[in-house]
Amino acid sequence: MSTVSLQEVTYTYPGADTAALSDVNLQIGAGELVVVAGGSGSGKSTLLRAISGLVPHFHGGTFAGRATIAGMDTRAHGPGELAGAVGTLFQDPETQVVMGTVRAELAFGLENRGLGPAAVARAVEEAALALGIEGLLERSTAELSGGELQRAALGAALAGRPQVVVLDEPTSQLDPVSGDELIGLLRRINEDTDATIVLAEHRLERCLGAADRVVALAGGRIVCDAAPQAFLEWAAGAAPNLQTPGAKLLGSLGLPPAAGVKRARALLRDAGLLPAPEPGSVAVHAGAPAQPRDAERPRVPARPRRLARRRAAAPACAVELRGAWHELRSGPAILRGISLTVAPGERVALMGRNGAGKSTLLRHAAGLMNPTRGTVRRGGRIALLLQNPTDYLVHDSVAEEAPPVALARAGLDPATMGSRHPRDLSGGEKQRLALAVVLGDLADRPAAVCLDEPTRGMDRDHKHQLATLLAGLDAAVIVATHDPEFASAFADRVVLLADGTVIADAAAGEILSGGSYFATETARILGGVPGVLTPADGLRLVTGAPAPSGGARVAAEAMA
Amino acid sequence: MIYRRRATPLHSARAAAGCAYCLALGVAALMLANPVALAAVTLSVVLAALAAGTGHQLRRAAGMALAVGVAVAAVNALVDRDGLTVIMRLGDLPVLGQTDVTLEATVYGAILGLRAATLILCGTLYTCAVDPDEVLRLFRRISFGSALSATLATRMVPILVRDGRRLADAQRCRPGRPPSRLTLMRAVSSGVLDRALDVAAALEVRGYGAGHRPSPRRAPWSRHDAAFLSAAIVMVALAVAARAWALAPFTAYPALHAPAGPGVLAVAAALVAAALAPFADRRGLRQ
Repeated sequence: MSTVSLQEVTYTYPGADTAALSDVNLQIGAGELVVVAGGSGSGKSTLLRAISGLVPHFHGGTFAGRATIAGMDTRAHGPGELAGAVGTLFQDPETQVVMGTVRAELAFGLENRGLGPAAVARAVEEAALALGIEGLLERSTAELSGGELQRAALGAALAGRPQVVVLDEPTSQLDPVSGDELIGLLRRINEDTDATIVLAEHRLERCLGAADRVVALAGGRIVCDAAPQAFLEWAAGAAPNLQTPGAKLLGSLGLPPAAGVKRARALLRDAGLLPAPEPGSVAVHAGAPAQPRDAERPRVPARPRRLARRRAAAPACAVELRGAWHELRSGPAILRGISLTVAPGERVALMGRNGAGKSTLLRHAAGLMNPTRGTVRRGGRIALLLQNPTDYLVHDSVAEEAPPVALARAGLDPATMGSRHPRDLSGGEKQRLALAVVLGDLADRPAAVCLDEPTRGMDRDHKHQLATLLAGLDAAVIVATHDPEFASAFADRVVLLADGTVIADAAAGEILSGGSYFATETARILGGVPGVLTPADGLRLVTGAPAPSGGARVAAEAMA
Repeated sequence: MIYRRRATPLHSARAAAGCAYCLALGVAALMLANPVALAAVTLSVVLAALAAGTGHQLRRAAGMALAVGVAVAAVNALVDRDGLTVIMRLGDLPVLGQTDVTLEATVYGAILGLRAATLILCGTLYTCAVDPDEVLRLFRRISFGSALSATLATRMVPILVRDGRRLADAQRCRPGRPPSRLTLMRAVSSGVLDRALDVAAALEVRGYGAGHRPSPRRAPWSRHDAAFLSAAIVMVALAVAARAWALAPFTAYPALHAPAGPGVLAVAAALVAAALAPFADRRGLRQ
């Protein structure tokens, strides 16, 4: 018998014209780890909310069909009753943590189920130990970092040993290290407890290796329900945007797709196509600053002519931090003597773990914060787009938010979009509108545009659009990101931060091909050949085809 | 201004004892009108906050408490017509009419203002030193909905403060003229609704709607539980006794009568001693 059973489920949100889910039939057995894939607005979150009972009980709307979760029909049992069988984790941990301490947070759901104090205490301890958060139990939830909060929220979802765990993009706010740890943790919980796990994710390359099955949605309908390898074969023809970079690489070499780096590498090795590791190749690890290797530089397609043109017409630096410290009055130092110069027109990706200092560095660059020691020099106005684009949108229409020229530069048509309410826009459109707001009009062009985690929760299509948009800007671009694939798509240079210091600063081709966490999937499959970041780079490497001339590799190639 | 666990006796006491202690300070402030006795209660709150390591938060709240206190005092002085000693004739004022400020109304206004300020400081001490999660657990068996609303309200405060800061930062990043305050207020209020919906959804999936009552916890009484509960009882008893036997008398009208004799001084000293005694024992603090 299936733990999750959806039969002919059709659901429409209140006031919506089209159904968010249409004729969905889905059976998930006990102990399966299912990844739900699809673009933004495809119905992934709605499907998860139907499993947790929030659809239709919390959201209202029109619900047809039958959803039976752990033997309970969701038409008769609301989310409160289903909570005993379903643990739910949403994208934003800050809004799902409701108690003051981690211990109380983990206990809250259990107490709501009426469990006795001893059972609650034991379940809390076990969940904390399983997730490695026993040291956080007495900590105030207000003091936790994003990653810690996400773990606490996951602990709260798992503490009652639910039969089903649904997770809506749980890694979107996590750095690559924490994201991989979370996926590994879910796999372990799935194996240890036989819990059914339903996980919605955009970064499929991170989780397909752990999945038993993939359900792809488009327009609220299930368009594919298959094992990871079969899903990737289907995606190659029907939904290229859902393909992982590894599958694209293998597909371009005429090999069948494989889920996960290990299997992809094995396929390449069997086919005799895996390049031998280069003697002396350097992997970039935290704590070991990368040394630029001039001999290998030509492999990195860095758009030199465009960069030189921009530099020639602009002042010496877009932004420069010299020995910048930011020390909290009664706390640690967030930035520790950072020196960083970004030239006009340069494309820089800031990477590093949660809490490494990326956002603080951007705030210093833009003048939102001042260093407690050291200096920041700016070549002009610095436009800063913070993590949540909605914070910029305060007017009643798109036209009121930004001038037409800025809307056009951000890829929004002022004629058709001008009268729309900002809150009615899709996530990607909001992002572009917020970018238009900070870009301003032509008279006040920024020297640099800084973006803080702009791809959070974005599907591959939207990332591609954003990368193309950034490639078209005249100003220097500095992006703090956790997404190596996106960084490889737009950045000339990657600065790796750890504990408030720069630990590596080199061409994107070097940093994103070294190590395993801050590297693209292609680089990880091919063993870290410098400059080989995308499936196209990989194909050229394996087949020996010549690399295109400088400037030819654009964002489109990297993300497509 | 949020609860943060610290290794102090008040933070180590169970929520019931902490609540009772803060409530007793409030009750004493409400029952005592003699300036010396009321000042003793205010002093007790301030010293207790310092001993509980929440002096910084109390200092921030003191600004608001002072503003409220001064406003109450001024309004009473202007509006109250009682009292025999006129200290200022303001003549015929719009709305207020013929206004004579009396010494009695001014002093009584100051007492009311001090009382209001003390109650605000008591609330601050409670918010910073009593674990809201334990309060929720304590009261949910009686009135789950109200307890949860109250606790979530305190939980929403830091979230909304962070949201407000983020919004302010985002607006600082806008080139050109900043949006009007009204526009920002509208954006903030719609953001609050979004946040409330998110939190409500989180509560639903944690089983809040299931309607189960949690089982009571039977934790042994610590020395700090006993000390703070005893202090609360002593403070309420002192206030009741002072009121019943006129140990700290105060009359504002028609003429001021506020003696500061040995009886009043004894009540004031006993109140401060009772309020601070539980902080003397620092054994067995919860870390």
